[in-house]
Amino acid sequence: MSGEGLTIRDLRVTFDGFTAVDGVNLDIQPGDLRFLIGPNGAGKTTLVDAVTGLVKAGGSVRFGDEELLGRPVHRIARLGIGRTFQTATVFEQLTVLQNLDIAAGAGRGPMTMLRRRKGIPEPVANALQTTGLTDLRDRAAGVLAHGQKQWLEIGMLLVQDVKLLLLDEPVAGMSHEEREATGELLRRISAERTVVVIEHDMDFMRSFARSVSVLHAGKVLSEGTVAEVQADPRVQEVYLGRASEPEPELAPESEPQPEPSAPAAATAAEEA
Amino acid sequence: MTVILNQSFTGISIGAVLLLIALGLTLTFGQMGVINMAHGEFIMAGAYTTYVLQKSISSAGVSLLVALPVAFLVAGAMGALLEWLLIRRLYTRPLDTLLVTWGVSLMLQQLARDVFGAPNVQTHAPDLLTGNISLGGGITLANNRLFILGLALLCVLGLTLILRLTPLGRRVRAVVQNRDLAEVSGIATERVDRTTFFIGSGLAGVAGVALTLVGPIGPTMGTNYIVDAFLVVVVGGIGQLKGSVITAFVLGVLQSVLEYSTTVSVAKVAVLVAIVAFLQWRPQGLYTLRTRSLA
Amino acid sequence: MTTSTTSPAKKVSVAQPPVSPLERFRVPAAFLAGAVLLLGIAPLVLSDFRLNLLAKYLCYAIVAVGVSLAWGRGGLLVLGQGVFFGLGGYAMAMHLKLADAADTGQALPDFMQLYGTSDALPWWWKPFANPAFALAMTVVLPMAVAALLGFLVFRRRVKGAYFAILSQALAAALSIWLIGQQATTGGTNGLTDIQGFFGYSLNDPVNQRMVYLIIVVVLLLLMAAARQLFVSRYGELLVAVRDCEERVRFLGYNPANVKLIAYVVAAGMAGLAGALFVPAVGIISPALIGIVPSIGFVIGAAVGGRASLVGAVLGAIAVAWAQSTLSDAFPAAWTYAQGLLFIVAVGFLPGGLASLPTVVRNRRTTTARSGEAA
Repeated sequence: MSGEGLTIRDLRVTFDGFTAVDGVNLDIQPGDLRFLIGPNGAGKTTLVDAVTGLVKAGGSVRFGDEELLGRPVHRIARLGIGRTFQTATVFEQLTVLQNLDIAAGAGRGPMTMLRRRKGIPEPVANALQTTGLTDLRDRAAGVLAHGQKQWLEIGMLLVQDVKLLLLDEPVAGMSHEEREATGELLRRISAERTVVVIEHDMDFMRSFARSVSVLHAGKVLSEGTVAEVQADPRVQEVYLGRASEPEPELAPESEPQPEPSAPAAATAAEEA
Repeated sequence: MTVILNQSFTGISIGAVLLLIALGLTLTFGQMGVINMAHGEFIMAGAYTTYVLQKSISSAGVSLLVALPVAFLVAGAMGALLEWLLIRRLYTRPLDTLLVTWGVSLMLQQLARDVFGAPNVQTHAPDLLTGNISLGGGITLANNRLFILGLALLCVLGLTLILRLTPLGRRVRAVVQNRDLAEVSGIATERVDRTTFFIGSGLAGVAGVALTLVGPIGPTMGTNYIVDAFLVVVVGGIGQLKGSVITAFVLGVLQSVLEYSTTVSVAKVAVLVAIVAFLQWRPQGLYTLRTRSLA
Repeated sequence: MTTSTTSPAKKVSVAQPPVSPLERFRVPAAFLAGAVLLLGIAPLVLSDFRLNLLAKYLCYAIVAVGVSLAWGRGGLLVLGQGVFFGLGGYAMAMHLKLADAADTGQALPDFMQLYGTSDALPWWWKPFANPAFALAMTVVLPMAVAALLGFLVFRRRVKGAYFAILSQALAAALSIWLIGQQATTGGTNGLTDIQGFFGYSLNDPVNQRMVYLIIVVVLLLLMAAARQLFVSRYGELLVAVRDCEERVRFLGYNPANVKLIAYVVAAGMAGLAGALFVPAVGIISPALIGIVPSIGFVIGAAVGGRASLVGAVLGAIAVAWAQSTLSDAFPAAWTYAQGLLFIVAVGFLPGGLASLPTVVRNRRTTTARSGEAA
């Protein structure tokens, strides 16, 4: 696997005096399938926001040889960095096919843009296949089920041909089977690309993570393989110390967990 | 020097009028995000209220003082009615609200024409407000302008106190900052919306009373001010009272100084250019609430 | 995941349904029918007077084509189209006034002799004596102004209501500025009493018919061009930007440019409409380009259906017709009706009259479905 890795040095993000990300260092190798976990407010989403140019940040974020900080969002995207959002964000008024075709087309020339789309471009057809949305391609994205929208978003990243995928809670709200299928998909994708996943679902993380970083209060608390991180006493303390947020890891085989990300997703929807 | 001072005072009094009109908008547009083009017609309603009251109360001074609360109630009631009838159905479609309320504005103008006639009417200012105060050295301050300035500042003060100190103000701010959370916290958001709209529209009525002191009353008087008032809120920053206050006075002085050095029409264009240039620097306006939202 | 059972959470109208073979032929057929009606039948059955009125309405329809693109597809509420209509109109009228003056051996257009303070033509009038320059300016000027404003505004992500209010303020500013320049722009009166059109007398009904035909051809051409933009990949991208600008940015596009194109094209169309309005009606004035007429341009499209090209065009024609016919007969009643029309069309039928068949069909399907379920 060749390609660029993501190197984050001393990343800082503040909102009106509140420090959301406080000197984070991260190295993500090409081909990694990295999970970012941590309690709510740990700065996970803000970290992704900073990398993709949505919020201003201090420090340094390099993708290969390119410094990302200070570039506008669409330029960062063109370097091959794609992301999804906590609430699946697709173009609801357009069809699945149109969504994917737009995602595939950032490099198109004016002449192509002014013409009608003829047929289905090959990358789009492949993405339809991979995400299992082929039969729904002429359906408006707005009427898709929640999980299908998440898959469409991942499909859009695939046709965008990004080298680095940043996924913000991709399995939130999915059924068990859908989670398994998504995990398998991520595994396949990470054979050729680098994937970073923000996730609350510990089972999901355990099954699919190649490496894990734990964020807490804007800092990296622990890093390593799943086993290493689980064994880290600091990690256990962070999760134990927060009784309000029960952690499936420490109560194995408990009753089905309430969806951890639901409030966060609702807030994001409200904000958007 | 005298000229400059006089011109600045003119600018400040233009700013005071702008501020009075924009104040209601800081609530309805700034806090609630509703673009109510009929806001201008609420101003008109306030002005006609003054006119009607003066017909029945002979003393100009008394009628003016009575007109202030009555105009507030009349315009406020119109606003609450509009909110209940139309606007609450359109909260998710701000641009459509603009066009719908424009339709309302057309109908209200026609209503005024049918009731009061198309030609402009006039009220008599109380004697106390017709004179000037001379500060010596050729500097004069017109009494009616001073009155408007005082009224504008009083309204700002009142609104600030309401928003800061009363339970209603807390609810309004809660709804603005997070509607869903406010709702699950037991706030009747619909009632808060209507109350906010009532106060915002009522302030337009008060502005209408003030405008009778400086100009004629006519069916289209609102349209002349409405776009400028919206610009004040845009430049001031959404949901920020102090932004609108500063902007109103700055734009007023800018307008009056430019008018003096060029012409009225050139000044108008120059002010717009200045606003676009300002938005390059601060696209969200002078003051903003910073959040983590996507927008 | 692969199961195809979807539960539509809310009703979403598809911007561009898949094109069936029937649809393929329907559009050109409708286009052809419109062309035959406007070019062949209307000139035969309508009197000179009515044909001239129709020419005027069609100018508004040309503006509506641009509105449909920028607002219907791009979600940009363009409340200042009067500015571009006015720039195009004034550019044309300035040339025609100069040509009129030259025909009668005058150095200055008539109104300048009345109000003017100087015997010399203002410098910025001079190039408009050249017909090619003036014609180019009817489109270039509005597009340049739109490009400048759009660049500054979209670049800084000023959008939605802010954009609408700024474009409205521009319309107000231009009309106030024109009124203030009595000596060089004719002030409140505007440029009136235009006699000739590139050597043809506008008093001759035959030449009026020629102007009408030119307007029809321009309208049809622009509709065809707009239709191409609608169905192109750019059209899809424009809808995507309207839906969620931020998401588009994360796909590597700059939404500012996408919006700018729609805004500038719409401005050019409005400019052309203004230029054609002048020979058809013989006047351009500040009252035709301020805040009120600017909203009028949008309302026609809203009533007919902002997202549908044909809907917007028919809406603009219908509202313009109602405006001039009914407002003379029942001024007060018409104003109420107009206000009510805006409220109903925009508030309760956001797709305009063009969406009525779909709305009815959807309602029927929904009823049928709930019937099945029960």
